[in-house]
Amino acid sequence: MALLEVADLAAGYGETEILHGVSMRVEAGEIVTIIGPNGCGKSTLMKAIVGLVGVRAGRVSFRGDDISNRATERIVRSGLAYVPQSDNVFPSLTIRENLEMGAFTRKDDFRGRVDEMFALFPDLGSRPSLKAGNLSGGQRQMLAIARALMLDPELLLLDEPSAGLSPAMVGSTFERLRGVNGAGVSLLLVEQNARQALAMSDRGYVLAGGENRLDGPGQALLDDEEVARLYLGGRRAE
Amino acid sequence: MSAMNATNARRFLPAEWTGWHTAALIAALALLAGASPFVKMSLVVNGAVLGAIIALGAIGLTLIYGILNFANIAHGDYMTLGAYFTLFIVGGAFSSVGVEGAGLGPFTFGYPVLLALPVAAAAVAAVAVGLDALIYRRLRERGSHAVVIAMSSLGVAIALRGLVQIVWSGDAQRLPRESRSVYHLPMDVRLPPDAIFVAIAALALVSAVYIILTRTKMGKAMRATADNPQLARASGIEVRRVVRWTWAMGASLAATAGVLLAVYQAQMLPIMGWRFLIPLFAAAILGGIGNPYGALVGALTIGVASEVSTQWINPSYKPAVAFAILIAMLLARPRGLFGGRG
Repeated sequence: MALLEVADLAAGYGETEILHGVSMRVEAGEIVTIIGPNGCGKSTLMKAIVGLVGVRAGRVSFRGDDISNRATERIVRSGLAYVPQSDNVFPSLTIRENLEMGAFTRKDDFRGRVDEMFALFPDLGSRPSLKAGNLSGGQRQMLAIARALMLDPELLLLDEPSAGLSPAMVGSTFERLRGVNGAGVSLLLVEQNARQALAMSDRGYVLAGGENRLDGPGQALLDDEEVARLYLGGRRAE
Repeated sequence: MSAMNATNARRFLPAEWTGWHTAALIAALALLAGASPFVKMSLVVNGAVLGAIIALGAIGLTLIYGILNFANIAHGDYMTLGAYFTLFIVGGAFSSVGVEGAGLGPFTFGYPVLLALPVAAAAVAAVAVGLDALIYRRLRERGSHAVVIAMSSLGVAIALRGLVQIVWSGDAQRLPRESRSVYHLPMDVRLPPDAIFVAIAALALVSAVYIILTRTKMGKAMRATADNPQLARASGIEVRRVVRWTWAMGASLAATAGVLLAVYQAQMLPIMGWRFLIPLFAAAILGGIGNPYGALVGALTIGVASEVSTQWINPSYKPAVAFAILIAMLLARPRGLFGGRG
């Protein structure tokens, strides 16, 4: 049984349907990347999985449970965390308060988890009472990831974690994500930096026009000439 | 040593407080001192007390706006409802079991009002939560435009005022009271003891709101939801519960404001809260809509400015003064003195 299984998913906003029957899965422990041109429905797929966009047809199951159209807060509590692409921290709350909000549904004492996050992201731990709105783009991304990890999720969904970051920050963000995966959290990424993301992924999916186009092991997609030409910005530089 | 004291003192100030605000506060006090030969200090004091009442209403208004993006036009009528519920409890339920009295210590009102106030506030909170479930939540979930929701609250405002008028008539009513002598202070200030009670009660409630917003889990979740409702849901926050608590808090503050107003003005009318709507909005916008600490400063400014204006212009233009400040603020600094959601 796959950890996350999406079968023939259709979803959209208002009159517009964006996804017309997408299927994919994430196995426990995997890193999976979704790539595709702008507007192909990558972000919508993530939002539909976490219940922020309604599922019109098909099925999303997490650990075998059907979670299609379940309330977002219930999905999140069941062990599936989500980091949106932009506006992914609470700007008027401090760093520590952002992490506390990540643990909102935890009834136990989560202070230890806050300290773990500060150890994982020392930049955040050095000034916990700074307002998130005053952080740089890279630090915000770290805080957003730490916030999502507060519930100790089994699967972490990240929408464009490297968007707007300097090339140096992109590298260190991917390094951190590999570390998170090493600690036993499965990752599902949507990425513009497709080459770097696929390189660390077990498997990848290519979406186009709201439908599955291709899928396969990360390295195989990187080596595929059509993928390189259409989605990786031309031929490989090397 | 003094640096440490400064750090400790900062803890009691809102996080938005900067040197600019300290300078503005000192400037405002200097302005008052400089104006004292020309401005009647009794008007300033009276304005500050009314400002404290406005603040209780404006904080609720701004919190609801921050979280639901919705201008609650019925907020003034929640004030009215608070006053009349208190009247109902004190005059009906309490007096029938012999709980009666007025003129507690230096104050005109008696302890029954103090006992009835929290019950009335809870009742108005229940009304507000109920109306949200009945009307506003359905409109939100249907994706109705913010203007449509605001207009529906105008309907609620008119309906509530009508109901109050049907049940208690349009005549002025009053809580049981005994007259008390006022304090004569320097600079010709005549201060009724009730004013001191109103100011202290308002200050205590505003401090309580500050503590709730910064120290409790639900309060932090309110601020988080105001920042970004979608991210709040993605963090596992039950936004529906947050919305209910925000209504409960905002409406019970408004109800308390209504009771304090009825005590301070020695009477209540079905239209009393509706008349406060413009000062409430002016205070919320002056402080930056969505910003509860700004609403407090905005309310004191509006209260003092409209009272002091009566020294030169007809008192019936008081709401116009609040409205003029509101418009000037929207033109000059739409995000308010403290920066809100603009």
